[in-house]
Amino acid sequence: MMSRCELLIIGGSAGSLEILLNILPGLTIKLPFAIVIVLHRKSSINSSLAELFASKTNIPVTEVEEKDPILPSRIYVAPADYHLMIEADKTFSLDASEKINFSRPSIDLTFQTAAEAYRDKLVALLLSGANTDGTEGLSQVRQFGGITAVQDPEDARVPLMPQTAIKAMKIDHILKNSNIASFINEL
Amino acid sequence: MEAYLRDEEVEVLLNDILSNHGYDFTNYSRASIKRRLTRLFSFDRTPSFAEFRYRLINDKEYVKRAIEQVTVNVTEMFRDPLFYKSLRDHVIPTLGTYPLIRIWHAGCSTGEEVYSMAILLKEANLLHKSLLYATDLSPTVLEKANSGLFPLSSMKQYSENYIISGGKNDFSSYYTANYDHARFDDSLKNKMIFATHNLVSDRSFNEFQLIICRNVLIYFDKELQARVFNLFDESLQSLGYLALGSKETLKFSSIAKKFVPIVPKEKIWRKME
Repeated sequence: MMSRCELLIIGGSAGSLEILLNILPGLTIKLPFAIVIVLHRKSSINSSLAELFASKTNIPVTEVEEKDPILPSRIYVAPADYHLMIEADKTFSLDASEKINFSRPSIDLTFQTAAEAYRDKLVALLLSGANTDGTEGLSQVRQFGGITAVQDPEDARVPLMPQTAIKAMKIDHILKNSNIASFINEL
Repeated sequence: MEAYLRDEEVEVLLNDILSNHGYDFTNYSRASIKRRLTRLFSFDRTPSFAEFRYRLINDKEYVKRAIEQVTVNVTEMFRDPLFYKSLRDHVIPTLGTYPLIRIWHAGCSTGEEVYSMAILLKEANLLHKSLLYATDLSPTVLEKANSGLFPLSSMKQYSENYIISGGKNDFSSYYTANYDHARFDDSLKNKMIFATHNLVSDRSFNEFQLIICRNVLIYFDKELQARVFNLFDESLQSLGYLALGSKETLKFSSIAKKFVPIVPKEKIWRKME
């Protein structure tokens, strides 16, 4: 199962920013797969999330531009107020359609489209959050043979999001905060 | 998961819609169109793929609904208010120097951004000499745009957007409340021309000083984007402006060399030759 990961998607909401900022400095620079971060945030603020992440790691970090190819050893951040979808040809596309479960970007949607495109080469990780986004997406990741992981709700500042996923299905990895970086480095 | 369409089934449907009704979605980004067809299929509880296909071939009314449902019609007045502020500050003053101002809203959906533009022009005392061409491929959304009626429940947010865009008036002076709808002033609508136009297949129909096409190109593949950029180039007079959505760019297109960014952050370009 290890060493074949081509894409890791990390989905997060309330309480996820801090943990991501803690994880990033611990990541190996030449990871053989791409990392995509889908984070709920207020759309009105002209956020420079990608810059903030870039200050914590030497892995190149960029905000996704539509049609970008997904390349290994890079971190991609979903832009505010667009859904981020993964195409079968392993490129990104953006979508400005209705919010899903009050969220845009929708973690479910990125997980779901990536599940089909990457199948057993996908790892999906769901972090802290105050809503239930991500659970449906994880179940589709599972269905297509990908690996599912969540932050241990005991360690999450807002446990609802990982908790909902754990209740809904068998999650492959429930991770303590201190283990998340090494989990990623070993994929 | 309830209903689910396979990739091959999506291709079959897109080809059916093209060959029977002339709407060409085959150059649309797949993930989005697949999701929207799947959503329509499951929402309408169509019993089988064969039946769904049959309806999309034979039922003209259903096709209208399908066209509206598979295209994204999320829009709002003064969407991305700072974009409108840039128009006020950097584009409208130049437009004012023309005897007749022609603006094209390509893919205008239900028209919220067209009414926003009319308000900007009115506040600059330019509406009387302006024509706003508003086009979309879906006749259903154009009917809504033409009605001048928008949900009253959205007005609070539109009013906030309007203020951030630099609006100085009372936003409610532009409409009258009518049950749960806001009816916008006819003086705005009088300067609008609504018509169906399909960016995939239709040609240039006039020359404009400003073309606005926001959050439409993200749904097209690169080949179709290139076609549409050429269409815009043909339809813009020299020194005209082109405005795109916040995540869309001219940068890698073949027409890029003719254009300079005026307000790069707000995705407004000017044609320099």
